[in-house]
Amino acid sequence: MTNYWKDFFRKNGTALGLFLLLSVAVWMLVMIILPQLYMLDFSFRANVPPPQWGTESHVYTLEHYKYLIYGNVNSTDAFNYIDLGVFGRTILASIFVTLIDVCLCYPVAYYLAHVARGGWGRLMVMSLIVPFWVNELLRAFSFKVMFGASGVINNALISLGILDQPYDFIRENVALYSGLSYAYILLMIFPIYNAIESLDKNQIEAARDLGSPWWRIHWRVVIPHAKPGITSGCTMVFMLTAGALAAPQILGGPSSLWFTQLVYKWFNNSANWARGSAYALVLLIACIIFVLLMMRFFKVRLGEIAR
Amino acid sequence: MSADVQLEDVWIRFGDFVAAKDVNIHIQDGEFFSFLGPSGCGKTTLLRAVSGFLAPSQGKVLIGGKDMAGIGPNKRPTALIFQNLALFPLMTVWENIAFSLEVKGMGKADRRKRADELLDLIALPNQGDKMVNELSGGQKQRVAIARALAAEPDVLLLDEPLSALDLKLRQHMRTELRAIQERVGITFIYITHDQGEALTMSDNVAVMSQGIIEQVAGGNQIYDSPETAFVASFVGENNHFIGKVSECDGETVSVETPSGVLRARSVDRNGQKQLQRGDDALVFIRPESLGFSDQRPFDNVLQGIVERQEFEGNFWQVFLKVDGSDRVVTLSMVNDGRSVGHDVGSRVKVGCNADLAVALPLGPMAAE
Repeated sequence: MTNYWKDFFRKNGTALGLFLLLSVAVWMLVMIILPQLYMLDFSFRANVPPPQWGTESHVYTLEHYKYLIYGNVNSTDAFNYIDLGVFGRTILASIFVTLIDVCLCYPVAYYLAHVARGGWGRLMVMSLIVPFWVNELLRAFSFKVMFGASGVINNALISLGILDQPYDFIRENVALYSGLSYAYILLMIFPIYNAIESLDKNQIEAARDLGSPWWRIHWRVVIPHAKPGITSGCTMVFMLTAGALAAPQILGGPSSLWFTQLVYKWFNNSANWARGSAYALVLLIACIIFVLLMMRFFKVRLGEIAR
Repeated sequence: MSADVQLEDVWIRFGDFVAAKDVNIHIQDGEFFSFLGPSGCGKTTLLRAVSGFLAPSQGKVLIGGKDMAGIGPNKRPTALIFQNLALFPLMTVWENIAFSLEVKGMGKADRRKRADELLDLIALPNQGDKMVNELSGGQKQRVAIARALAAEPDVLLLDEPLSALDLKLRQHMRTELRAIQERVGITFIYITHDQGEALTMSDNVAVMSQGIIEQVAGGNQIYDSPETAFVASFVGENNHFIGKVSECDGETVSVETPSGVLRARSVDRNGQKQLQRGDDALVFIRPESLGFSDQRPFDNVLQGIVERQEFEGNFWQVFLKVDGSDRVVTLSMVNDGRSVGHDVGSRVKVGCNADLAVALPLGPMAAE
């Protein structure tokens, strides 16, 4: 171990070595570990106004987690159906969005990696990246306009005679799912692209030569090879979708809340930071568990995803 | 089943580059046929045209008499063994072998049984459950052959499949491949830049250079009676002398070279005489055809100085500076136990008879 550090400093020099070590340490500690620990601590404490923080009334309690599960003490329901419902719907909808992204991105990534040549491929990558220079809010609002009752899509469908009156894409969450699917599409395409690109073209040709139709080539050769990339893309898209706030706020239907909106509500509107922390942590842990389960199910190790 | 392969007036172009020029070849049913040529000569391109990954720009590919135009590689009765083998690393050995059967919809138990039979054929019994990467290079090689044979192709195409193996294994696999071919009895088309492989295994060899088929013949004929200067210089070692034809006498021609008049056999091409009086010609004499003329009389005699010599056990390699030629002439002499080396710097006479020298029209030669 000491040898490792000696080597590290010899390779990078003392100044650069110290800078690297310190910046990583500060990053980890200040940006990641401390805030999360703070949130963790907060979520187990009573909600008292800031002047009383650290005093005797700032006691440890499970009330916020209990609230998420059982709801208000005065409530007659056995469980907090509303918040749990929002939680479940958020997870399910995130899975749905992730699936849509896989289905959209796999063919594109395959095309980019193995079919497109030279300039055409670069043009495609550019046209994927450049739209993301537009900021997230503007993109969400433009989706809202596009899917609105008198938006481009409704107008087009009506003038083509497919609809006779505007379809409420917002209430039916079509706008929300489209917006969310689009929001993190690059995080799905590039890991899959990287994985597929490293596949030896001869394997595809060998499968074809052995009589395989195209779908079986994908099923037996390309997808197994791309699995770490697909899983990597899925975990990122799932995590970010479940944690999205702007898109659900702007594009969500009036009756469908995203779980992050509840977190936001506790922090801001209800000034209950402790409960907000508890909700946020539950979401985080649920996402992590879900992702670990997926990795086990698809037999992918963490190291493979990082490649 | 097995099938013949015909290439009729096949041209393959990539933009301005011509990879195959007017190729006409008939590969017989059940034959072991090799395409031999330096890298970049177009042999792999031709193989891809036969397997269906590439459509010829012009001309036809027929397999078993059937035109293959518009038929994809997955529908052709061919199986290709790739240079890097292209085994599927995420499947077990037996799944690799049985992949074509899986495609055909055969049940798992039957697939397994057939894979085990093929594992026996390639002398790898009970290795079916291993992953491909647990096998050695030679074993992978054989798995690739089994995987191709499982598809029961009429024609097996092999794209330099031995090039990744070390020398010993390569020589062993040559014998093995030939034995497998004789056992299954289907047509093998083999691509190689290694003349040893082509000559030892094949019934017939097509020598290619720059997209052109230089000669199609059996191995010994390619070696003994090359039809073009390229074939003579590419296959085996050869000494050459440039000159002008001074006399034609039936099969034998006399060529005046700066080293003296050399009498040599003129080889016909497509039944046509290739040399006439006054033509520029090359005379090729193999090192093993040359002998020291103090031991016996020769039709052709060359005079020169011994520059250096190497003893290689079963034969001597003698390098000579021959009068009238800047090139080093090589002579190899079987070591019969009595032959003694000549002193370096000594003046000697060497020669060969006319039937062991070959005269060909001046033309491009293989890079050394």
